[in-house]
Amino acid sequence: MIAEAGLAALWLAAAFALVQLMLAWGAARASAVGVEPAEEATSVAHAEGRASTGSARTEWQAASDITSHVRPEPVEGPSFSSDAGEEKDDASTSSARTEEVAHSLMTALRRTAVVQGLLAALAFALLIALFVRSDMSVVLVAANSHSLKPLIYKVAGAWGNHEGSMLLWVTVLATAGAGVAMFERRLAHATLAATLGAQAAIGLGFYAFLAFASNPFLRLNPPAPDGQGLNPLLQDPGLAFHPPTLYLGYVGLSVAFSFAVGALIMRDVGPAFARAMRPWVLAAWIFLTIGITAGSYWAYYELGWGGWWFWDPVENASLMPWLAATALLHSVTVLATRDGLRAWTLMLALVAFAMSMIGTFLVRSGILVSVHAFAVDPTRGTFILALLGIYIGGALALFGARVGTVTQGSTFQLVSREGALVLNNLLLSVVLGVVFIGTLYPLAAQAAGVQLSIGAPFFNKALTPVALTLVVATAAGPLLRWRRDNLNALAKRVLVPTAAAGVAFALIFALSGGAHFVPVLGIAFAVGLGVASVVPVVRRNLRRTPLHVWGMVIAHLGVAVSIAGMAADSAFKTERLAAIQVGQNVTVGPFRVTLADVHPTVGPNWSALEARLQVRRGNGAMFELYPQQRFFSTPPTNTNEAAISTMLDGQLYTVLGQGDAQGRWQVRLWWKPFVTLIWLGGGLIALGGLLALIGRVRRERRVAEAESWA
Amino acid sequence: MRRVLIWAPLALFALVFALVAGGLISPGDRTVHSAMIGKPAPATPLRPLLPNKPGIQSFATDKPRLVNVFASWCPPCILEAPQLMKLKRAGVEIDGVATADTADAMQAFLSRNGDPFARIGDDRNRATQIAFGSAGVPETFVIGADGRIAYQHVGDIRADDVPKLLAQLEKAK
Repeated sequence: MIAEAGLAALWLAAAFALVQLMLAWGAARASAVGVEPAEEATSVAHAEGRASTGSARTEWQAASDITSHVRPEPVEGPSFSSDAGEEKDDASTSSARTEEVAHSLMTALRRTAVVQGLLAALAFALLIALFVRSDMSVVLVAANSHSLKPLIYKVAGAWGNHEGSMLLWVTVLATAGAGVAMFERRLAHATLAATLGAQAAIGLGFYAFLAFASNPFLRLNPPAPDGQGLNPLLQDPGLAFHPPTLYLGYVGLSVAFSFAVGALIMRDVGPAFARAMRPWVLAAWIFLTIGITAGSYWAYYELGWGGWWFWDPVENASLMPWLAATALLHSVTVLATRDGLRAWTLMLALVAFAMSMIGTFLVRSGILVSVHAFAVDPTRGTFILALLGIYIGGALALFGARVGTVTQGSTFQLVSREGALVLNNLLLSVVLGVVFIGTLYPLAAQAAGVQLSIGAPFFNKALTPVALTLVVATAAGPLLRWRRDNLNALAKRVLVPTAAAGVAFALIFALSGGAHFVPVLGIAFAVGLGVASVVPVVRRNLRRTPLHVWGMVIAHLGVAVSIAGMAADSAFKTERLAAIQVGQNVTVGPFRVTLADVHPTVGPNWSALEARLQVRRGNGAMFELYPQQRFFSTPPTNTNEAAISTMLDGQLYTVLGQGDAQGRWQVRLWWKPFVTLIWLGGGLIALGGLLALIGRVRRERRVAEAESWA
Repeated sequence: MRRVLIWAPLALFALVFALVAGGLISPGDRTVHSAMIGKPAPATPLRPLLPNKPGIQSFATDKPRLVNVFASWCPPCILEAPQLMKLKRAGVEIDGVATADTADAMQAFLSRNGDPFARIGDDRNRATQIAFGSAGVPETFVIGADGRIAYQHVGDIRADDVPKLLAQLEKAK
């Protein structure tokens, strides 16, 4: 019964999505000619008439606040006037009847979106229930679960497969739409209606995909005696968080996409639109950051290869939306604060979600060779490709048709905060382009009849110079004033960070014996960025510093920390591969590792050979590590469980390999100085995003309250 | 200029779409083809692996040869054993290149799955396998009368591959 209920919920959600699309069309038309709804007409709507001017002013004050220590004389506020306000004044002359219709349509639209979100969530909850109950009469459960699996992996099994993960995708999509419907109160109603319509249109395609090509609730008759188990590599706490987090990010970007489509349809692009979109972009970006960071660490310790990034197509698929979202995050700030970069921001919003969908497609279709061999199914691939063509092609065509009518926003000098953000955007786009080309090039080569694969050497060579330039732009950007600045003043402000970078380079380069030029340069740039990133909060009242400024500082610091970790790992890691007998030892870096013994051990659904490694650093205290070779019976698989010891200055990474007839065991050891900084930095970037999000939302709310009492 | 820029993203997407759709409609060939086809067969002789079976003196003689790169530790090699027996019954002399193998294991393998081989060479460090441009086991090569590698079969030999191999051997004369 649960499976049927789940399927029913799914179909109902799809029906509501259809209704939502139609209501959105009606509401957008009615709102475009009508005025603001009655519920807010008294005080809020009056305030909203001036909302963009009012809050833009506060934004502007905040922005000048950020740079107050480098700005001696106050600059006049922004010159843009509120088009929205004038439109509303015109509109107030239209009849009360249109108002009434627009209002009720809008309310119905909001409620429909919420119901759609609830139904999708219900369907997903029912799928989880099926996995928890180990209902083997459902194909998906029988194929991906097992009654003896620990509970957490039963739950995680619900999205550890194609159908379940697509249901999760749709659920996040619908829930995000419901979130927009419930919380978005400041955007012009016509634009909001168009946005919700776009969100429903995306949802419809994916509901159809689920219903016709990947039904997760399909029954198995007769039921299987037990399941086939979940891929053991995926039986790890990392899996419980990694895909859902990434999906929240991927699909969260759908909201930005829908906002952009709504804005294009209604020709309403300006600071109000940017401020409505920003928290969604921020939230999606935070999840993407966490997802990528966690995924990187998961691959690092679970695959036993000792690497943290492999430039695998699926990894790239998650990196590309992140790059686009990072660029979007910065350009949307220019739009919200200074009303510049209108068309560019719209483009990025479309590209970010396009990249998410292309990522999903690459992963699901199996057209690229990847270690993440999920479901290789050409039918499904074709279906998603068709959806891709409709949504991305449609949105880009809309962009082409409408962006000409989007008037140019305010302009700025080359040397200014905006200028630095544009540079940041361009460089991020270059990185995105390189990753995109590198990921799809094998496909192009294949079309030309050549077999090849593109890996780390290409990406490292192509991206290192761009990344280092990006570090410079990131360091300088926050130290520049909005609108215009001069280079001499900037030179003075970057003196300390540059000096710090220079000293760091000289010191480390000399200490490491003059080797590893590029990685050491990377560390020096990271030091420079680290120092530069805290400059905006130096010598100002820390308690009065807005939260989003803290967010920026911490996120930029996180970038510095992460780059330092990557550079340190590539410059100073040492690796030893040895075949040793029990009692023998090997040295790696400053460690002496002795193989004390190898013994069998068992877990809930696996057995293993476990090595006991006794490790001593110099003359320090001895500690033990237990790398394992695990054997899973359902399905029969071997995995390597690396044992990792984390210290303040790095990680010792140990893997147990095959034994041979002479009683020797292969052990693989890495000493990776400061490698943990990579993920620490990722965490800081996400934390910075979170602070910025909280700061922005609280500020918006305060502004809204202030206005409603005005 | 501005008009071109506006439509550039859509054009770019159309290009990528076509590319991806092409990749989907005709999925690429994932097998690793030998780069050695048409080139002379490896010249290094292989020592015998088993005491009672000769090694391989040379891969290039004046008649077509069938070389099977295999191993006792390779499950698909067990799968293709009946087909190799069929080829032997058809009168084909089969040279076996035993990759990374030991005499004991090979003896057991042959007594279980039958012995279609006229010669078995010991390729313990896989040098000969690599010289053939082979990326895995089992793989089967036809060497022409001119001493050049004429044909490569990747993976286990199925029943319907037997006539193909016989035809290739005929062609290689």
